[in-house]
Amino acid sequence: MGAVELHGLTRNYGERAALDDVTLTLASEETLVVFGPNGAGKTTLLRVLATLLRPHAGTVTVLDTKLPDDAWRVRGRIGLLGHEPLLYRELSARENLRYHARLHNVARERVEERLAAVSMSARADEPVRTLSRGMVQRVAVARATLHSPELLLLDEPYANLDPAAIELVEPLIGPASRCTRIVSSHDPGRGLAEADLVLGLRGGRVAMLADAASVDRDAVAGLYR
Amino acid sequence: MSALPSNSERTEPHAAPSRDVHARPGRPAHAPVGLHGQKRSVVLALLRKELLVELRTLESIPGMSLFTVTTFVVFHFALNQDSVSGQEAAGILWVSLLFAAMLGINRLFVADADQGGFDGFLLAPVDRSALLVAKAISLLAYLLVLELIAVPAFALLLLAPPLGQTLPGLLAPLALGDLGVAAIGTLVAALAVRTRARDLLGPLLALPLLVPVVIGCARASSPLLALGRRGGVGGLPIRWLGTLALYDLVFGLIAYAVFDFLLED
Amino acid sequence: MRSPSLRALSISTVLAFCVSLSLVFFYAPIEAEEGFVQKIFYLHVPLAIVTLAGFVIGGLFAIAHLRTRDARWDLRSYVAIHMSLIFGIGVLITGSIWAHASWGHWWVWNEPTLVSFLIIMLLYATYQPLRFAIEDPERQARYASVFAITAGAFVPMNFLAVRLSASYVHPRVLGSASNLPASMGFTFLVSLVAMALLYATLCSYELAAKRTRILLKARSRILGFQ
Repeated sequence: MGAVELHGLTRNYGERAALDDVTLTLASEETLVVFGPNGAGKTTLLRVLATLLRPHAGTVTVLDTKLPDDAWRVRGRIGLLGHEPLLYRELSARENLRYHARLHNVARERVEERLAAVSMSARADEPVRTLSRGMVQRVAVARATLHSPELLLLDEPYANLDPAAIELVEPLIGPASRCTRIVSSHDPGRGLAEADLVLGLRGGRVAMLADAASVDRDAVAGLYR
Repeated sequence: MSALPSNSERTEPHAAPSRDVHARPGRPAHAPVGLHGQKRSVVLALLRKELLVELRTLESIPGMSLFTVTTFVVFHFALNQDSVSGQEAAGILWVSLLFAAMLGINRLFVADADQGGFDGFLLAPVDRSALLVAKAISLLAYLLVLELIAVPAFALLLLAPPLGQTLPGLLAPLALGDLGVAAIGTLVAALAVRTRARDLLGPLLALPLLVPVVIGCARASSPLLALGRRGGVGGLPIRWLGTLALYDLVFGLIAYAVFDFLLED
Repeated sequence: MRSPSLRALSISTVLAFCVSLSLVFFYAPIEAEEGFVQKIFYLHVPLAIVTLAGFVIGGLFAIAHLRTRDARWDLRSYVAIHMSLIFGIGVLITGSIWAHASWGHWWVWNEPTLVSFLIIMLLYATYQPLRFAIEDPERQARYASVFAITAGAFVPMNFLAVRLSASYVHPRVLGSASNLPASMGFTFLVSLVAMALLYATLCSYELAAKRTRILLKARSRILGFQ
């Protein structure tokens, strides 16, 4: 059983299809990289897999659990790092993480460990609104991995990070994390290097689905034309 | 009704499939996954966060309190009276509290909607109605603090009979009224916050729904605010309090039943 | 298709109205106190009953929508509420005319039905602004259903509260329907049936029109006219 299995996943927005008949299987601990122009459905796909959106047609099975009916079973095993950091700006990093820790029933020590892992222990008590974008993203990474998820859903995770921060964060959310990962990306170089499976989306439809080995940068570039 | 399982299923922790994988840090090896427990601890976690945010931003309570006291002053000039009693007093008090409550309702979910708080909560393996309970308790708390300030201010500025005589009788209508506003206000706030005209729709939806609460509270407290009463809680208008309690119960249940549908997408 | 039942509904509505109007004008006796004007009662009260029933039915359809997630229930809920809003304006107008004719004021607070109606109309008047303030059609339907259920429960509770609050010193302005002589009672029933048929017919027409529009849009999209 694959970690993620989609058959004909469709999600509408009114009359438009945000996702149209998406079918794929991703094995455990493998990485799927999703390419596609803006509006192609990458974020929608991640949000459906995160159980935030219900599929309108088709079947979605995540970690052997059928969505949306059994979504409640699997939520604690999924980590989402989206465009929004999901942090309260007036609270400190530590307070935010402690709040999420309580929601996910995770021990308090884990919060400190995560803060250290993203090198944010020093500024953990300042309100999030005083932190730079890169720092906020690092705290967001800590939040997304706080509960040791098996499936990571990453929406352009390295977008706000400088190279040093990327190096810091890679062991947590990169291939070394040994999680099943689905990453939406605009960077063909890194994306293809990390991917086991490549998905190209255009207008909600599958424009390309292949093993990473058989995909080159030109093919990816073709999606954006 | 919803796709979520019934309550009895939800409170059972779901046993983790045996995992021979490296034990994941932060989660004890045999911890259950699926919904975790104690609804109460989730509500507490949410409440803690609510109160922390409110303490840092001070958006709701000072605004509501100031608004109410200012309203009393405006009433003084609008009515051109130095003091009021009886039904008039009840009316002014309840209307002022109600409109101040609108301010609180408008702000209730704004931080969550704007800062990704909904997503953060929806990603957690918890019973979603905990959010309704936590927010309703928060709103109730704001209202209680508001009344701690507004009722003495009212007695000071406008009320003719002395507060010591009227206060015991006011407690029951205040309590029941607050429960009604908390239940309906939370539901309406959740409904309005993710729409385009959120500041308008909140009050427009809440006010008609709260008219029966106003009727109940005003009628229940008018004899208590009458001049020349000898005080004490005797003569509590049970009929009105009963109606209020029934109304609170019905809409509390409805809010609980439909709330999930507002959160999910 | 749908036309036979639409036609049948329309014909029976027209017939029912013919019967009820003739009863109202030629059969029902003229009321002692209020005179000829009292006959507006046969318009006002059936309108009110049908309107309130429509709001509650809209709430029931909304429950079906949330349970089944079938957009057709949402369409029915919308039409029911929409039609009741229109009928409700009729209630307020006829109530006002009646109040003025028999009491001299265009508005009276002593008639609990009229007051309850005002509050309910104020609530349901937010239904369409609420819908239009949400862009995502699926969420719009879901939120509208939540509203319809809450408001539908509000209708009886509101009546209870306002009825309780009405002063018992003044008699009800517009009179109650409980002590009607048989001839008036019968006329009232027929008028009620006619009004209910009118409501059902207009709703069916509106549903048919909306469905056709949806079909047209779907076809034109397939053919590429979008």
